[in-house]
Amino acid sequence: MKKENKKTNIMDNFVDQINQNKKLKYALICLLLCVAIALPKIGLSSFIIRVFTMIALYAILGLSLNLITGYTGQVSIGHAGFCAIGGYTSALLNVHFGMTFIFSAICAMIVAGILGLLIGAPTLRLSGTYLTIATLGFGEIVRMMALNWDWLTGGALGVSGITRPVIFGFELTTFNGGLYYLVLVLLLLVSLAIYMIIRSKMGRAFMAIRDDELAATLMGINTTRYKITSFVISAMLTGLGGAFYVHMVRFIDPNTFNFDISILIISIVILGGMGTMKGIYLGAALLISFPECLRFASEYRFIIYGLILVLMMRFKPEGILGGQSKKPYKMPSGIEGDYQ
Amino acid sequence: MISQLIFDGLTLGMVYALVAVGYSLVFGILRLVNFSHGSVYAFGAHIAMVVVVTMGYGLIWGLCASIIVTGLLGVAIDKISLEPLRKKKSKQISALITTIGISYIIQNSLMIIFGSESKWFPKIFDLGIIKIGSVSLKSTQVGIFLTSLALLLILSYVIHYTKIGLAMRAIEQNSKAASLMGIDVNQVVSFTFFLGGASAAIAGTLISGYYQVINPQMGFIVGLKAFSAAVLGGIGILHGAVVGGVLVGLSESFAANYLGGGYRDAIAFLILIIVLILKPTGLFGKKHIEKV
Repeated sequence: MKKENKKTNIMDNFVDQINQNKKLKYALICLLLCVAIALPKIGLSSFIIRVFTMIALYAILGLSLNLITGYTGQVSIGHAGFCAIGGYTSALLNVHFGMTFIFSAICAMIVAGILGLLIGAPTLRLSGTYLTIATLGFGEIVRMMALNWDWLTGGALGVSGITRPVIFGFELTTFNGGLYYLVLVLLLLVSLAIYMIIRSKMGRAFMAIRDDELAATLMGINTTRYKITSFVISAMLTGLGGAFYVHMVRFIDPNTFNFDISILIISIVILGGMGTMKGIYLGAALLISFPECLRFASEYRFIIYGLILVLMMRFKPEGILGGQSKKPYKMPSGIEGDYQ
Repeated sequence: MISQLIFDGLTLGMVYALVAVGYSLVFGILRLVNFSHGSVYAFGAHIAMVVVVTMGYGLIWGLCASIIVTGLLGVAIDKISLEPLRKKKSKQISALITTIGISYIIQNSLMIIFGSESKWFPKIFDLGIIKIGSVSLKSTQVGIFLTSLALLLILSYVIHYTKIGLAMRAIEQNSKAASLMGIDVNQVVSFTFFLGGASAAIAGTLISGYYQVINPQMGFIVGLKAFSAAVLGGIGILHGAVVGGVLVGLSESFAANYLGGGYRDAIAFLILIIVLILKPTGLFGKKHIEKV
């Protein structure tokens, strides 16, 4: 038990050190980016590239769930529903109206955002548990609609014949690494957007709500409005992820995004660390690559996701890379005096 | 026709009420929505199936075994995963995520052990059709209705007229004050989980005997419906859960008849959203004032 503590301390110290040393931090980020860009060029098989593409995709989904769960403190277990909404919107626009990926993905984000507003507005006024249940039901309703509305979604047969993303007449596939670069760009954009959101006034409001909703209200934060904003942004980014996935596999049916996907996304967030961004990348990398690495365990992988949720909450609720920074608090410039 | 629909709805509704009571009891004491409740319900039905179909004992034995084993599962869930969190004074969100994880573990374990396909379950209370005037009632439905009614009465007796029920109500009002009065809070919480697990097991067995099929995913949608029922009646209130359950059952039966079978499961969710918009405290709920 003690040894375990020591280990996590070393890990925390390491993370702290990187955080404190700005130059080291930027160097590490640049290095990781270079590696990520160079990956398809060093002769890896297309299977491995596909695994990396999935990791990046799930990092997008994890980041968007992290915005509402990690930063705003509201648990959603129906995010697969938003993936499905985004996926179906993009797929149908592509198949029926010939829209290319970029436009259909934007429409997918808008539709997912509107649905997020419809679900979030009534439930986020209340305590967080209601959102969890409502999202659980939402995921199931989306699946039922996809199954029953044959005229729109093709029912159980799904939608097929979706074209691959094309940029400047250049078709992106797994073989030429185009899909990988596309998802990498999307991941960068999403990361940047979320980074900017959490650094803004809005982000501080989110975190205040997470830490103590009552206190946040007393500070004059319109908690309901911020919770809904957070949820809608999260739904939109998840819809984007769904749209990308559909254009990658070129097929969607009601079971593409089921409850297992919701649980997978939330496991990524919990394992990596709620309320951190680096944790989500790590969580996605670990959880997406492990069924590929440990083929013999893939039958039990859903049980393992459940165990991750339970054990992490019990022993390290802040996640592998989460937790409070031990950096001493720095007073803003202009404030003088002894505030120790 | 209408009376037939009403009785179908009442039968289903009483069973939902049994599940909803499990949500309400735990929520009343811990302020926690126990997500694992739906899979506990499926677990109970599977235990009954093992005893009745595989081992060949009678239904009564299956029911008894299922009540005990599932009740103990409920206690184990609390002791192993939730009690340590309470001791650590973890955030509420941790307990919520833990129950989601547990629900997932139970459901997938059932799938690995029993396979994910639907299996046959014998019909219960199969004594033919009872005619009252122009209404013909299936004996299965009458049996399920009476059993659920009896169990709900027993539960309400336990909560209102026994010592442990008094302790449960005390903890619901103020757990700290209750523990200062010498009530072992953890023991009472475990007992609550036992009651919840046992009533879910009975509900699972009754529903399996009604539809004559059983599969590991059966708890998911019933759990959602029962939660809607609990919210409709006012979560944390026992008679609210019963009224909510009956209303959900009735609306399901009418929706399946007039809107089509595809909307059968959607109606509970619709009710949930409407209640949350119009009266989030539910029909019998009192406004909860948060003190700092």
